[in-house]
Amino acid sequence: MSMITAELNIDAYLATNKYEVAPESHIVLRDGAAGCDPKEFDKLIRACPAALYRRSEDGIQSFNYEGCLECGTCRIICGDTIVESWNNPDPGCGVEYRFG
Amino acid sequence: MADFDAVVIGAGCAGSAAAYELARAGQSVLLVERGNFAGAKNMTGGRLYTHALERLIPDFRDRAPLERRVTHERITLLADDAGFTIDFASQEMKEQGQESYTVLRAPFDQWLASEAEAAGAELICGIPVEDLIIDSSGVVGGIVAGGDEITADVTVICDGANSLLASKAVGARMPLPVHMAVGVKQVYELPADVITNRAMAQSNSDGSAWLFVGDCTKGHFGGGFAYTNAESISIGIVAGLEALANGGEATVCQMLEDFKAHPCVAPLIAGGKLVEHSGHMVPEGGFDAMPELVGDGALIAGDAAMMCLNLGYMVRGMDYAISAGQMAGLAAAEALAAGDVSKKGLSRYRDWLESSFVLKDLEAHRGAPEFLEGFDRMFDDYPKVVRDIMNGMFVVDGLSGGPLRDAVMPALKSVGIFNLFKDAKGALKNL
Ligand SMILES: Cc1cc2nc3c(=O)[nH]c(=O)nc-3n(C[C@H](O)[C@H](O)[C@H](O)COP(=O)(O)OP(=O)(O)OC[C@H]3O[C@@H](n4cnc5c(N)ncnc54)[C@H](O)[C@@H]3O)c2cc1C
Ligand code: SF4
Repeated sequence: MSMITAELNIDAYLATNKYEVAPESHIVLRDGAAGCDPKEFDKLIRACPAALYRRSEDGIQSFNYEGCLECGTCRIICGDTIVESWNNPDPGCGVEYRFG
Repeated sequence: MADFDAVVIGAGCAGSAAAYELARAGQSVLLVERGNFAGAKNMTGGRLYTHALERLIPDFRDRAPLERRVTHERITLLADDAGFTIDFASQEMKEQGQESYTVLRAPFDQWLASEAEAAGAELICGIPVEDLIIDSSGVVGGIVAGGDEITADVTVICDGANSLLASKAVGARMPLPVHMAVGVKQVYELPADVITNRAMAQSNSDGSAWLFVGDCTKGHFGGGFAYTNAESISIGIVAGLEALANGGEATVCQMLEDFKAHPCVAPLIAGGKLVEHSGHMVPEGGFDAMPELVGDGALIAGDAAMMCLNLGYMVRGMDYAISAGQMAGLAAAEALAAGDVSKKGLSRYRDWLESSFVLKDLEAHRGAPEFLEGFDRMFDDYPKVVRDIMNGMFVVDGLSGGPLRDAVMPALKSVGIFNLFKDAKGALKNL
């Protein structure tokens, strides 16, 4: 299970979206991404529709809020084991769909 | 005196409908949206059944940004290397009041919010509501947004599937993974004529709705969809969070990738230009996961109240949201006029919902979530069984074949005839 890696080049997909990136993350992880329980972290790797929860080949876990689609999945799927707080991005910030 | 008679949180389907009715009834109403415009943060699969919108805005057909009327329904049972498709077209589904249209939320929600504005509602965009004003006895009296307090006699909560405010307003529990699914979708631009041909539609204003069950979610609860818009195709998958949490190796992004590359699906979007990648949650807990719908000074409508149906092959929530929003707006306006916005004064909202299709449908399907979450045969075995039967019937290799029975029976036996009967009975009862 710990072998899951973000295999596809999702970044190119996210680059088609319009974002106004906020200076700080609207999602706060309890122990930072690197310190998360790998089994719980796997759920986020599988379920985040922007594949922002990642594990590199050498096993380092990371999270980058900048491409967030603000769906809230990470707020629900792990209960309160990983995500400490989930807020809306600052006024005017975050993703802006042109199609939706 | 409060700043507004009513404040509505969220300019999606439910919120704009509620604000529209409140404004039409002559109440002062503020509609607050976190996106830079209504629809900026919203995504849907794509199909709007019109009956609800028609009750709200009877002449919507002349003004609403509708993409295409759905004149072809397709459902595919997808195995990893095969697909069995039913294609349905009928005169009846084109009749006014029964027809459905594909929509894109950025244009659609802007239009719906502009109708509320034209009726007299005040719309502010780009500001998320951070909190509710709640007094010591639990009465909701407005919102906190952009650091300011804005007071109102009634607060209508329509903040969608990822509601951060439902728990504060009506004590809703945080949804469990088993109550939610996640959708991931991409939009591909293509010339209108090409889309019309691929949908086998008769004109550029008609198109198809195409739903998939099976390999798109790697055998777990969920499904795939493809809707034709005027000049683009929306394609995506929806996967249950509980199944994902416990599931195998596949990520939702990889599922969508494999789904798009499937030989039954790839030709639909071939040559298209990717213009957006979006994600959104779907409430699927159904009737039994719904919170209280009324509080003192507060009403809740749409996805925020779990008014959504996910049957795996179909997601439906926009018509529920529009009608529930409309009823919330009407109930709030009546309560304001009568001078009683207590829980009791607002309670006709719940009564109206109960006698309408919204709660009747949701109650009728209350067994669906549990049935579907445990129904891996539908998402894994049955698409393969159908593939094997069809291969038995249609693949001719010059070796002598037996009667139809020889193609059908081994495939059916592989899942167990008893399971088949049991599942058919369960499906007829719950879906
Ligand atoms: C992949 C997918 C496919 C679907 N397919 C279909 C389909 O084909 N047909 C169908 O009928 N339904 C479908 N649905 C369901 C449908 O999209 C929803 O049920 C419907 O949009 C719910 O409307 P709503 O108004 O309750 O919520 P939303 O439309 O989500 O509106 C909520 C609004 O509140 C705003 N908001 C949230 N928080 C705040 C805040 N704190 N402050 C201010 N504003 C806020 C949001 O930005 C948004 O504008 C699908 C859903 C998904 C995810
Ligand atoms: S809110 Fe959705 S898109 Fe954003 S990080 Fe969480 S799961 Fe990913």
